[in-house]
Amino acid sequence: MFGASTKPETKSEESRTKMSPAGPVTETSSQPQATAPARRAKRLEAKDVNLYYGDFHAVENVSLTIEPNKVTALIGSSGCGKTTFLRSLNRMHELTPGASVKGDIQLDGEDIYANGVDPVAVRSLIGMVFQQPNPFPTMSIYDNVAAGLNFNARKVSKSQKDEVVERSLRGAHLWDEVKDRLDRPGSGLSGGQQQRLCIARATAVSPEVLLMDEPCSALDPVATLAIEDLIGELKKEYTIAIVTHNMQQAARASDNTAFFNLDESGKPGHLVEIGPTEEIFTKPKQKETEDYVSGRFG
Amino acid sequence: MTPPPDSSVAEAPDRSIFTQETGAGGTLPKWAPWGAFVGSLVFAGAVEAALGWFTIALMLVFGALIAIFAIYAWSRTVEGRRHAKDRAVTMAIATAFGVSMAPLISLLYEVIKRGAAGINWEFFTTTSRGAITGGGAEHAIVGTLIITACAVVISVPIGIMAAIYMNEYGRGPLRRALTFFVDVMTGIPSIVAGLFAYALFELFLGPGIQMGIMGSLALSVLMIPIVIRSAEEVLKIVPDHLREASYALGTPKWKTIVKVVLPTAFAGLVTGVMLATARIIGETAPLLVTTGVVTSLNTNPFDGRMQNLAVYAYNEYRSPGVMKQASYDRAWAAALTLIVIVMLLNVVARLVYRRYKTEIR
Repeated sequence: MFGASTKPETKSEESRTKMSPAGPVTETSSQPQATAPARRAKRLEAKDVNLYYGDFHAVENVSLTIEPNKVTALIGSSGCGKTTFLRSLNRMHELTPGASVKGDIQLDGEDIYANGVDPVAVRSLIGMVFQQPNPFPTMSIYDNVAAGLNFNARKVSKSQKDEVVERSLRGAHLWDEVKDRLDRPGSGLSGGQQQRLCIARATAVSPEVLLMDEPCSALDPVATLAIEDLIGELKKEYTIAIVTHNMQQAARASDNTAFFNLDESGKPGHLVEIGPTEEIFTKPKQKETEDYVSGRFG
Repeated sequence: MTPPPDSSVAEAPDRSIFTQETGAGGTLPKWAPWGAFVGSLVFAGAVEAALGWFTIALMLVFGALIAIFAIYAWSRTVEGRRHAKDRAVTMAIATAFGVSMAPLISLLYEVIKRGAAGINWEFFTTTSRGAITGGGAEHAIVGTLIITACAVVISVPIGIMAAIYMNEYGRGPLRRALTFFVDVMTGIPSIVAGLFAYALFELFLGPGIQMGIMGSLALSVLMIPIVIRSAEEVLKIVPDHLREASYALGTPKWKTIVKVVLPTAFAGLVTGVMLATARIIGETAPLLVTTGVVTSLNTNPFDGRMQNLAVYAYNEYRSPGVMKQASYDRAWAAALTLIVIVMLLNVVARLVYRRYKTEIR
């Protein structure tokens, strides 16, 4: 299933730094085979997940697998619960007052909702990138990327931190644009740069999975393309799930696509089908999916 | 139901962007509002003088009222009805602003004029201990600063932590009850706070006790709700997406508050504390009860009475010394000093805000 050269448990520092010396430009030109995983990230599996806001049943019986080192796109019309589902995958859903979860979500076989599991630990393994670029406004570019280390790691030396910041920024294709002004505030960057900064911030804590909630919806087409390219790179190291309203984006950037729908407003959203992106967009099994991807509704 | 096309064609010529009001189309000169105002003042003054009860205040009041009608009539004949209304309302609003500013300016003028007479080197460097004719307010200034500083030290941690609880943790009935009681506390009369502090200390240390720290406690009772209210407002505008960004990095809640929420709100928190301090620094009644009246310098808030500027001013006025005018001058000088301190606090609050404010979207 994975590249023969990669052992399943390769998460060591060397394997990860391997790609960093090569800058973004040389990397894309010398490595057309972008799908070869640099390490094997973890797999997320949801079984019969039901999500609620108080009494409101938002998502019903979703079972799907988010494959490691693949990009899984979640598409569907507004209000069908795809963002809610995404937020349940790293236990952000329960931060909303009154929200609750039923069902089973496993990260490589470990139930993230089991008793004794610390949601904080879950979120350090499953990072998230949000719709609005949200760099911390009080911090410099450097501190934004190092935020995860500053907040959580016990003792990180300056040189270690420098290394992580540079690697994350290179990984987010942002290093060349900001390397001379790392001490300037992150909020001074353009929208697309801010979003890449947020991606660098999320990857700096070495997560297994990256969840992206419509990461390009606030960006212009050029910035969107840059993020999509970046997503193609990132899947070498991370498992990625991305919610998007843009079907072209799902078609361009993802390997698997899950289509969510709801029967009518007020009813819970559910998963209609999940499959390889090409199949979903060309010969979906369900009529509903075909109607949606061909633009007949939604 | 829709009108036939001919009629709309027939109406079209009327829909000109040029005004159709009769007697309009002109524009008043730029100085028109001022002209109308000054003219009305002169007119009002002249009428009052003719009637024999001329005063400046009356002239301003009647002049302003007349100006509103004058500018309306003038503009009506030259510019048309809509402009006339606009000008009349503008004049009324400007007058209202002037009326609201008048007491403040008059107060500042009066305090500076009278206070300047009492301000001298002696005022800042001597106490009134044993003074018969002279003396100063050094002990009161030092006392004010110490009492207020202690009140700030007590109130800020309690107030900000309470605000954090109410905004980040509190839920349901407990939170609602807290909000209610904070609102009630904001309205507590200051003398009640003073009596509370006195009664509390009397319980443990016996009757007749007066200390600086008691005053600080009384002031804290007044200050804490103000700090909570302002801090809560500031914390509320820290956007949730910043908290979520921090959680998504695997950061615990308390660390998110300490490292993300509080720094983002820093400027607003400091401003709120400064303004709350300015609000309590001039309190008189609770300190009269708790810190008492004393003529000598005391820098230990835990031992004995302590003077402060407001009580000092009150006392110099109530029981002037042998040279009455000198005592009155010192009372005004104390008031001026207090106002200067409050203004400095406000200026510092603004500077801090400008320097540290974060752009929040």
